[in-house]
Amino acid sequence: MADQHHLQTYKLSFMEHGPAAKLGNDHASKKKSKLGVILFIVYSIVYAGFVVVGVVNYELMGKIIFAGQNLAVVYGFGLIIFAIILGLIYNAICTNLENKMNKEEQQ
Amino acid sequence: MIYSPSITAIIIFVIFVMIVLALSYYFARKTKSASGFFAAGGTIHWGVNGIAFAGDYLSAASFLGICGMIAFSGYDGFLYSIGYLAGWIVALFLVAEPLKRLGKYTFTDALDARFDSKAIQLTAAISTLIVSIFYLIPQMVGAGALVKPLLGLEHHWGVIIVGAIVIFIVATAGMTSTTYVQFIKGALLIIFSTVLSVYIFNNGLKIHPETEHQAYHHFISITPEMENDRVVKAGDYNVVDQQNIKTHTLVKLQKQGVNRWFKLVKKGAEPVLQEMLSTTNLDKGKKLYNGEPAENAKFYQVGHMSKIIVDGKEVKQTGPLGPFKFLSTIEKSEIVRFTQLKFSDGNDKVTVWYQNKTSGSDMMKPGLRFKIGKDATPVSKLNFISLMIALFLGTSALPHILIRYYTVPSQRDARKSTIVAIASIGSFYILTMFMGLGAAINGVLDVESSNMSAPLLAKAFGVGLFSIISAIAFATILGTVSGLIIASTGAIAHDIIDVYMKKNLSEAKKVMAGKISAFVVGIIAIILGIAFKGMNVSFLVGWAFAVAASANLPSILMLLFWKKTTAKGIASSITVGIVAALGLILTSPMMWSRYGLNPEDAIHQLDNPAIISFTLALLTLIFVSLATQKDNHKKKDI
Repeated sequence: MADQHHLQTYKLSFMEHGPAAKLGNDHASKKKSKLGVILFIVYSIVYAGFVVVGVVNYELMGKIIFAGQNLAVVYGFGLIIFAIILGLIYNAICTNLENKMNKEEQQ
Repeated sequence: MIYSPSITAIIIFVIFVMIVLALSYYFARKTKSASGFFAAGGTIHWGVNGIAFAGDYLSAASFLGICGMIAFSGYDGFLYSIGYLAGWIVALFLVAEPLKRLGKYTFTDALDARFDSKAIQLTAAISTLIVSIFYLIPQMVGAGALVKPLLGLEHHWGVIIVGAIVIFIVATAGMTSTTYVQFIKGALLIIFSTVLSVYIFNNGLKIHPETEHQAYHHFISITPEMENDRVVKAGDYNVVDQQNIKTHTLVKLQKQGVNRWFKLVKKGAEPVLQEMLSTTNLDKGKKLYNGEPAENAKFYQVGHMSKIIVDGKEVKQTGPLGPFKFLSTIEKSEIVRFTQLKFSDGNDKVTVWYQNKTSGSDMMKPGLRFKIGKDATPVSKLNFISLMIALFLGTSALPHILIRYYTVPSQRDARKSTIVAIASIGSFYILTMFMGLGAAINGVLDVESSNMSAPLLAKAFGVGLFSIISAIAFATILGTVSGLIIASTGAIAHDIIDVYMKKNLSEAKKVMAGKISAFVVGIIAIILGIAFKGMNVSFLVGWAFAVAASANLPSILMLLFWKKTTAKGIASSITVGIVAALGLILTSPMMWSRYGLNPEDAIHQLDNPAIISFTLALLTLIFVSLATQKDNHKKKDI
């Protein structure tokens, strides 16, 4: 019944605005979505921290904090590297969830 | 203009174009369906798509604009790198997978997937067109500006060449050929930016930045004789005039019939005249460079260090440096930037660039361009916050980026390709810091065109590298313009003609409509590129981000995360987002000065509108949705 409903929805969406490629049912989507929101909030706080330091205590940006580099350089490079690291963590967890939850469903 | 065209650059660019056209021709025979044309059939590998994202996203504004801004204003240019990359976090964590699940060819599909609303179809398509056109103009003008120094052709030929190639790419095989052009360009850009950075590290820091490929002008200083605060004698020059402009004292000297401008400064208690660069627009329409015609080549490339400190000692040069040592040495040293000043000398319009010694520590933190430190006001701080918000929220709402999610087979591929994009784009943005600072200190800057900083830096290291970097700069424009035209094509042919007007076209006719739309949008882009010639249009990219963030993102996010969102809520939010962002921009101080009015008299003092327009659009969506809840019973469950 559920499969039939899914097939019907897919047909309907294909007729109108649905995906170009065929997509399977993804039982991990809710958990992935929740994880995405959490990681987004984490990154937003760190990003906002950068903006707040710039506006509230500007001189702090020039303070040398690591290997001869000032806070602006460490924080700025850090934001870019942190984005890459968070992305890799997110992908690893999502892939794991998809493999586990979609496999359970098939069984 | 202080550089000449390179034959090698032309050959490399022609080879690149031939490859691109051959690829498009090859894929054209395979593109028969609408899905193939608008979304490459959803068959692109996630790795290829990830690099193509980089090729799509890293426009001329990123490669030429950010490097140039870092070269002239230090760390403030790097703020764009941070913001542009952070925007991908919103794309990855919130938008990528759900959008892939909901849409078919365009982001309008995704917004409308649950509603089948005429209002959403029309407003989202118009928003796509507005954002894409704002983004297109600077790319096309950039093509025209690059073609003159690099290939020796006039502005309009650059625009026409880029327009014609892109129309061919998009009209032959749509998204498939666009994807591979962007993939090749993205990969080349990242590889050769790395190569350029290695050259910078190997070259190290020098007080006199000559290379075997390029001499550096030694700026002179003259000790003048003074009477009552006026210069009366200056070496073997005749004193012509002295003017006080703002807080600066400028002196016009003459030798052998050539007028030159100097700046009077105090060195200890002694007055000294420091050589400046100048351009003079004579009232007869002729332009002089340092008092002479352009062909005399007396207008120099600039940017050097006045003090290099290594381990507490002052040195003349450092030898090769690692990336961290490169940055920490600049932090402790001193750089000579060239700061612009404009004034009138009788009927002539004069622009001078004076030597502005800047400590490395100021260069390496924000504040030289955005006033958030010493001279900050509440409005200047609000502008900074608003800019950082627009950059953060704009990326994941750019239509030409969003449509790339429909080119991969699954949600998992959409996610993986976004991570490849973040890693490759992030690596590139880290390199912008080294390329920008490298240009600032290696005597390569053209004070009239900060955008040429990265290619001119490459020229200091050899014509071969310059040729490749120049060809890549062109390729950068080709890749991004292709993406923008395919996004606009989708909005016209799919969203408006097929869905909104319910033409129910056959597959073959949908493809034909797409090809005709690509041709029409391409012609419009060429016309706009020629019409906007000479205008500094880099701010249009800022507009595009602000409009995208305000018009599109509230709808995307609320559709995904708030069940009470209604069709009317989305359509009105898009409309308010566009109107508020454009309204605030058109009444901003920056636009006031473009209208020839006093910026301080502008209706408001906010140059970056996102903080207000995004909030307004979001509130509109919430209030209108709450007021139209009864419409939601028709909402589809997907």
